[in-house]
Amino acid sequence: MTDALTLRDLSKTYRNGFQALKGINLTVPEGEFYALLGPNGAGKSTTISIISSLARKTSGTVEIFGHDLDTHPSQAKQCLGVVPQEFNFGQFEKIFDILVTQAGYYGIPPKIAQQRAEEYLEKLGLWDKRNTQGRMLSGGMKRRLMIARAMMHEPKLLILDEPTAGVDIELRRSMWDFLTEMNEKGTSIILTTHYLEEAEMLCRQIAIIDRGVIKEDTSMKAFLNQLSEESFIFDLESPIEPIMIDIIGVKFNLIDPMTLEVTMDKAHSLNDLFQLLEAQGIRVRSMRNKSNRLEELFVKLVEKNLEGVAE
Amino acid sequence: MNFTQLRIALYTLVQKEIRRFMRIWPQTLLPPAITMSLYFVIFGNLVGSRIGQMGGFSYMQFIVPGLIMMAVITNSYANVSSSFFSAKFQKSIEELIMSPVPLHMVLCGYVIGGVARGVLVGAIVTAMSLFFTDLYIHNIFVTIYTVIITSLLFSLGGFINAVYAKSFDDISIIPTFVLTPLTYLGGVFYSISALSPFWQNLSLINPIVYMVNAFRFGILGHSDVNVSLSLLIVTLFCGVLYGIAYYLLSRGSGMRE
Repeated sequence: MTDALTLRDLSKTYRNGFQALKGINLTVPEGEFYALLGPNGAGKSTTISIISSLARKTSGTVEIFGHDLDTHPSQAKQCLGVVPQEFNFGQFEKIFDILVTQAGYYGIPPKIAQQRAEEYLEKLGLWDKRNTQGRMLSGGMKRRLMIARAMMHEPKLLILDEPTAGVDIELRRSMWDFLTEMNEKGTSIILTTHYLEEAEMLCRQIAIIDRGVIKEDTSMKAFLNQLSEESFIFDLESPIEPIMIDIIGVKFNLIDPMTLEVTMDKAHSLNDLFQLLEAQGIRVRSMRNKSNRLEELFVKLVEKNLEGVAE
Repeated sequence: MNFTQLRIALYTLVQKEIRRFMRIWPQTLLPPAITMSLYFVIFGNLVGSRIGQMGGFSYMQFIVPGLIMMAVITNSYANVSSSFFSAKFQKSIEELIMSPVPLHMVLCGYVIGGVARGVLVGAIVTAMSLFFTDLYIHNIFVTIYTVIITSLLFSLGGFINAVYAKSFDDISIIPTFVLTPLTYLGGVFYSISALSPFWQNLSLINPIVYMVNAFRFGILGHSDVNVSLSLLIVTLFCGVLYGIAYYLLSRGSGMRE
């Protein structure tokens, strides 16, 4: 099976001397759902711009389904669909025309293009707006329009740069469903996002980029397993006094008489904890994770890098 | 991309360009019809009737080919410069950069769009002129070739302008300060043989003189300059401008980091 995307020693130095990418290596196998994460300015968008031919690389190679972007640009581009972060469609064109035109650029005959435009506009809930000019759409509709546009030539690799930024929860969920369906049908997907629960929910693989370097490139499961401890918040049925029990690997912190925070390492199970609470006569009404697991790891990783820079 | 795909891509781009100027017809097709009609009324009828003959024709007959040419030049230039600059401004040019459409095809698409508007406006102005005078075509080949090659040249010029433009002001500077004076001094309203030798020679370095005269020859059979040489030079210039435009596009000037 050919890899969907291969980046080798990809680097980019801007004219002002800023080195945005410092030799990135990344392989995305076919059919994967990949999360590309990193803080603002880490190099995610630069990487995507280079893959989509919008920025020139300083060195390195980009291969899309085995087609080198330098030597076989046409074949490489046929396999790629990109949903960029900024709106980049003709503001005065009707959205149906935007889609059919996009398909035409990939050599798709008008009849097929019109059928596909109808199909994707229906799927993304934009069919009613087909004769509306791009500029008249709401922010969420513009994002969906760009997803539909990227799908018009049915690319084998779809890259989305923060597709759910500023989109309400309901719409975000419908986009997740759409992307999951596309991935199940065989489209390889790379997603950048700042909503880490989104990455955790959708993606099987994760790469973290920071200051132009890939810091992590592993499966989501393996990455989350690195988490050595987890914090839970318990809402209690009745007020309690601070807990004075000393157990290795478990820390109690009473936020207020009705809310207890418990941090425990992997050696302990929740069953042990509940037995302990039961013995103390503490009854729990509900519980939740203190923060998203991926978020905790991500913050730790990025903080560690910051410390490295400070040194 | 195979031949069929390339054909579809070019057709798509040209169709998009034509759709754009047809959609905004009050900005693109109506103004030249009105402006040129005013020229016909004022210069052709009111002033022209007192001028008498020029180059062996009534003044109205003499200025009609020049005015048609003026409309062709202005409109083909404006179409490509504003369309390509808007695509850069709205970032929709990224759709094309990301797509597999070869750069030659991108350039051809925009230029054909400019030629289409130049030719259409030329036809509209010609139709308007028929309300004021009779036109007989002296040489159909020269007439059509001149219109096409001139609109091609100025479409390429408009493209190069748009590549360098960073603001909407930048796409109006050349038309206002270069094209308009050159057109007015390019023998639209007078025969350069009526000028003193010094001004006649100076006029000969104005490229628009050759296009206006070639077109006038096509319609009236009258020219101040050698028509074949004029058309050859204009054609060569098209080749040079195409090369420059393609070079700028392939370098990604003003479009790619």
